[in-house]
Amino acid sequence: MKFGIVVFPGTNCERDTAAAVEIAGGQAELVWHADDSPLQRFDGLILPGGFAHGDALRAGAIARFSAVMPRVMELAQTGRPVVGICNGFQVLVECGLLPGALLRNDSLQFRAEWVHCRVEVSAPPLTEGIPVGTLLYMPVAHGMGNYCEDERSPLGGETLVALRYCDANGDAAAAANPNGSAGNIAGIVRGNVFGLMPHPERAVSPLLGSVDGLALFKSLTRSLVAA
Amino acid sequence: MSDFMARVYVTPRPSVRDPEGSTIMEGLHQLGFSGVQMVRAGRYFEIMLQAGDSHQAEQTVDLMCRKLLANPVVEQYRFDLQLEATSE
Repeated sequence: MKFGIVVFPGTNCERDTAAAVEIAGGQAELVWHADDSPLQRFDGLILPGGFAHGDALRAGAIARFSAVMPRVMELAQTGRPVVGICNGFQVLVECGLLPGALLRNDSLQFRAEWVHCRVEVSAPPLTEGIPVGTLLYMPVAHGMGNYCEDERSPLGGETLVALRYCDANGDAAAAANPNGSAGNIAGIVRGNVFGLMPHPERAVSPLLGSVDGLALFKSLTRSLVAA
Repeated sequence: MSDFMARVYVTPRPSVRDPEGSTIMEGLHQLGFSGVQMVRAGRYFEIMLQAGDSHQAEQTVDLMCRKLLANPVVEQYRFDLQLEATSE
């Protein structure tokens, strides 16, 4: 199965993300933001991390108007997985594929560190086969990861919290929250669209310090084989 | 057509926490401005635009705010318009 990795000016995690897809048994092809041709050849899309358009105005605010974005929306509507990692998550909330907003970290600091996340939903596209309560050890690296719920579109309906920051014991404590995110939210899922702030592509080999991110990529490729 | 200057103010909605504003308030307190009760930090834009009249300019700037300059999930906006020049 083949994934399109969408690249904006300032994206910088596309190669790591492509490598992670390949390690998980999939194929990856980079898609440039100015390309408005249909994306139907892909079984799924990933919007990787980085700083699209230098985070001008708000992270993801300019990327949202890229030529490729109507094609991304189109593919999301077919039910195929669309995953946003870090800056990709920010683009997904700006374009409305996911509800809410990602505000500046409450510390006002850019936080680059390893965190534990607790799996809250065991379902496609990214956490199928991973039991609820599983802890994943992955890095975060962001300045705007402070998830804020949209009062008009609250979580718990069709959008679910998929990952929460927690300590090594699985407790979603305030001290384990790197950005002040409401309810320690690290990732959310609405149907086939998944957004998360941590970088699973940076945790796919013992050499990197963890293979927990690979579990998410394997779940992603597995969900497609099953479908 | 006329040239207008729009001054746009985007601020966090009252229900949204504003860590930047809170930090600035702490700084002001440390400098001795003990009377400071609240600081909300936002963004300010100066936009020069052409429009047929002030009503059209107002509608255009409002659309800019809703489509790009403010994120309605967490931000609110207001703006004022000033006529700069009128041409034939």
